[in-house]
Amino acid sequence: MSNPVPSELTERILLHLESAEQADSLRLAEQFGIEHQKIVGAVKSIQAHGERLLDVESVTHKSLTLTEEGQAVAQSGSHEANVYAAVPEQGIGQAELLAAGGGNAKVGFSKAMSQGWLWLDKSVQPPLVRRKVATIVDQVREQLLQLAKLSDKDLADYKKRKLLQELSTKSLRISKGPEFSTTLTKLETDLTMEMLASGQWQQLKFKAYNFDALGATPTRGQLHPLLKVRTEFRQIFLEMGFSEMATNNYVEASFWNFDALFQPQQHPARDAHDTFFIKQPALCGPLPNDYVQRVSTVHSVGGYGSLGYGYKWQLAEAQKNLLRTHTTAVSARNLFQLANRAYGFKPAKYFSIDKVFRNETLDATHLAEFHQVEGVIAQAGLTLADLIGTLHEFFRKLGISQLRFKPTYNPYTEPSMEIYCYHGGLAKWIEVGNSGIFRPELVRPMGLPPDVNVLGWGLSLERPTMVKYGINNIRDLVGPKVDLKMVEDGPICRLDRD
Amino acid sequence: MPTIGVKRDLLFDALGKKYTDDEFQELCFAFGLELDEVTTEKQMLTKEQGDVAAAADASEEIIYRIDIPANRYDLLCMEGLVTGLRVFQGKVKPPKFEFVEPAQRQVLKITPSTAQIRPFAVAAVLRNVTFTQESYNSFIDLQDKLHQNICRKRTLVAIGTHDLDTIKGPFSYEALAPDQIKFVPLNQTQELNGIQLMDFYATHAQLKQYLPIIRDSPVYPVIYDSNRVVLSLPPIINGDHSKISLKTKNVFIECTATDLTKAKVVLDTIVCLFSEHCAKKFTVEPCDVIQTDGTIISYPELAVREERVSVKRANAYIGINEPANKLADMLTRMYLEAEVDAKDGDSLNVKIPPTRHDVIHACDIYEDIAIAFGYNNIKKSLPAFMQIAKQFPLNKLTEQLREQVAQAGFTEALTFTLCSRDDIALKLNKDIEALPAVHIGNPKTLEFQVVRTTLLPGLLKTVVANRKMPLPLKLFEISDVVLTAEHTEVGARNERRLCAVNCNKSAGFEVVHGLLDRVMQLLSVPWKTGGADSGYYLQATEDPSYFPGRCANVMYNETVIGKIGVLHPSVLQAFDLTTPCSAVEFTIEPFV
Repeated sequence: MSNPVPSELTERILLHLESAEQADSLRLAEQFGIEHQKIVGAVKSIQAHGERLLDVESVTHKSLTLTEEGQAVAQSGSHEANVYAAVPEQGIGQAELLAAGGGNAKVGFSKAMSQGWLWLDKSVQPPLVRRKVATIVDQVREQLLQLAKLSDKDLADYKKRKLLQELSTKSLRISKGPEFSTTLTKLETDLTMEMLASGQWQQLKFKAYNFDALGATPTRGQLHPLLKVRTEFRQIFLEMGFSEMATNNYVEASFWNFDALFQPQQHPARDAHDTFFIKQPALCGPLPNDYVQRVSTVHSVGGYGSLGYGYKWQLAEAQKNLLRTHTTAVSARNLFQLANRAYGFKPAKYFSIDKVFRNETLDATHLAEFHQVEGVIAQAGLTLADLIGTLHEFFRKLGISQLRFKPTYNPYTEPSMEIYCYHGGLAKWIEVGNSGIFRPELVRPMGLPPDVNVLGWGLSLERPTMVKYGINNIRDLVGPKVDLKMVEDGPICRLDRD
Repeated sequence: MPTIGVKRDLLFDALGKKYTDDEFQELCFAFGLELDEVTTEKQMLTKEQGDVAAAADASEEIIYRIDIPANRYDLLCMEGLVTGLRVFQGKVKPPKFEFVEPAQRQVLKITPSTAQIRPFAVAAVLRNVTFTQESYNSFIDLQDKLHQNICRKRTLVAIGTHDLDTIKGPFSYEALAPDQIKFVPLNQTQELNGIQLMDFYATHAQLKQYLPIIRDSPVYPVIYDSNRVVLSLPPIINGDHSKISLKTKNVFIECTATDLTKAKVVLDTIVCLFSEHCAKKFTVEPCDVIQTDGTIISYPELAVREERVSVKRANAYIGINEPANKLADMLTRMYLEAEVDAKDGDSLNVKIPPTRHDVIHACDIYEDIAIAFGYNNIKKSLPAFMQIAKQFPLNKLTEQLREQVAQAGFTEALTFTLCSRDDIALKLNKDIEALPAVHIGNPKTLEFQVVRTTLLPGLLKTVVANRKMPLPLKLFEISDVVLTAEHTEVGARNERRLCAVNCNKSAGFEVVHGLLDRVMQLLSVPWKTGGADSGYYLQATEDPSYFPGRCANVMYNETVIGKIGVLHPSVLQAFDLTTPCSAVEFTIEPFV
């Protein structure tokens, strides 16, 4: 910010102009005994009160001055005149002359020779420099003393000889404008109700706007970026005709989380190292009896074309309460309901997006709780090709068009496919999810018809969000350490655009 | 997912081809493996242990670390991996495993006492084995990988391998009191009894984790030879006497178990993968295992199962249309030898070898066809039915309210569902015993002791972590808390709450009150005044979390649905807050 211009100075300039009609800022500075910059500032300040108060024109002044060498010539004669003066009547040896004449003697000698003032008498040895004319006129000196009369040619010549230099200075030529006044009115910053009511706005002068400054930040609340992505995923599923499952049950029985999904009771995922088990309430209540029996059988001795796992299945293990490790537990409940509908099976597409919990080692990308996105389709005769086609459509809506699939092992799907997408920014394939056809050992005990296949896929909500927003530490996104500035400044979520 | 490390050059020699890292990665990808890391022993030592000194002498040979699917035990060592890949590439046929009957079978007798601790045992012999340093290491590594994975850290199955020429059958599997068992453990010189052994290994980096499997049992399992030489004390350690070395020719393998199916799989896997080093390749000598009831069972089973698969169904499952003979070729490349049934052209007879115990249903066979066909060669299609989609009403309401509360000037937080007992009790001046909280049995840290019963602590922590933001801070969250609930299936239920906090230089009760009024307006719930029948109102109350005289119940249709008030200074202090806060929290479930 510049220092405010003292109002006395603006007033003084205006008063000066009233009588003088016109002024030059440089001259004013001299006259007022004030720095030129301050005069310029005061003029600008006057202009800010009204464009038409003053007519201001920027002018460039050129001035000629003698260089140090030029001043020496003006004072004590040109080099050539000095050399001429140094030649006595009887002549002088050239070397002696040059030695006596100092630094500029050589230039002076050659000029004096070309002017025809001197000649070289070679009839004697060594040759002597003699005067050729009796008197000379030192025109250079005279011209330097009267710069104003110089011809352009001489001017250029002297500049070249570094006797003269030209300086340019800028100043403002100020004169009265059409709305000249010696008093300045206060400028209005904004249009107000009072001005409108009184009609004053017609007379008032308004301060010019600075359009390069940012506007005032709107006061508002913001939605959380991860939950904005959740909304977008919900929207995509709804667009694809998937119905939302009720996932508001974090505490789940091991039975639904594992056993119903044909995950054997000795599976490492059921280890306390991976799963949060509940101390209170520790066990679930009654489970659907017939179904539990069928699950027990398929685990221990098989059935529906399966050998089973050949181990002793225990109800007590299935009754242990836990925090669900995947939303597939909810999918299992929904498929069971679908199989046991009063009016019989009908094809269905389900989705859910909600929290799951893992008792895992935590790091920059893993928390003990995260959101799982899951899609499930149940219909007679579904194929792996249908799953691949559905995943292509789903990921296309996320703005991902290049997909490929890797064989993998999941306890409850067969075939199983890891989903990889090509990330242009990272220039590599990254794993984005898991998918497969639910095993018959899972689907058939529920009571779904034999020809019904169930396709499923899942991914985390956090990972694509972190990739999309370039967040490296999950704690910057989820939990109390979230950066609210990031939340407040975040863009709307448009997954299909980059 | 287990990871194995194999030397790259040896692997390429065995595969008969040199690959670039990318080419090998592609091969892995198609087969369902993942080249996880390209490293050297030196790099691994430096990286994992930071041991630069030890690393200085370590090898710089390139090692591939490869992720193996958790159900493919047959790929857990170099031998199995090479066979699997070469069969997949169609370079060799899957090997056939044969029994070689000895003049006199080795016998392992199970005594009834083992039923108390580890009831099952199986055994086999590999004859005329030639170990190199590489294959010896691989043999040890395989046992380790099996122990870690299918054996569930030796709880389900423990493997012992012995130099048969140092011991003499018949062998006896017993369970004895710890102090009665005396032997010199592997690589030790001193004889220990069972009790001393537990002390001796209590601090051993690898073995200490297995001690609890039997430590407190009155009897420990043990295998003796006919001269009472101890072969092993499963699942802890073998005896030093019978240890195998590079010079070992004949290997006796025993597996003791609590899960017989897994023991059979483990035994089959070991003999299948290492019979390749026998003088007569892929041959195994069976053993007789005498059960406690006197019956004799011959092990290993090495059973080849035959499955009949419909060509039509296999094609339909995957969504392809390939002729029967092509499907048979594909299966053969997946280690499942298949032939088209001569009688009806629509069936395949598939042989499931003892290396593929993971195949338990036709769908496993379908998957192998799909892998051999190539997942990425399948022509995509879409399920052909339409459904009118429905939103879950509670989530729909949540979405609508989130938008509105943000529009009212509150910023959304996303806080953790799990927290410490103090977060929901002590810091809020509440008694944990009096809260309907779900308690976690095995939390690794304090942050995972309970499931939150209120959204308030998460929001207060978010306020504290964002002290640099200009005041006022107005935050909200609409999410689930979990409360114990009798008469529900699991004894607990979620409740969807809306919680909002205003944090400013003064508490500003009217700010959160105003938000409550606005939300009720959006829900078309009137302010209940005078004698109105329904609506919401505030009912003065006292709550230790709130400032005295500045707390009210949020009432809806004469039921308490939440609390509103100015937070108690001691609560603010407990959360390290220096600015006053007012808060409102109530369930939105009655409004669905």
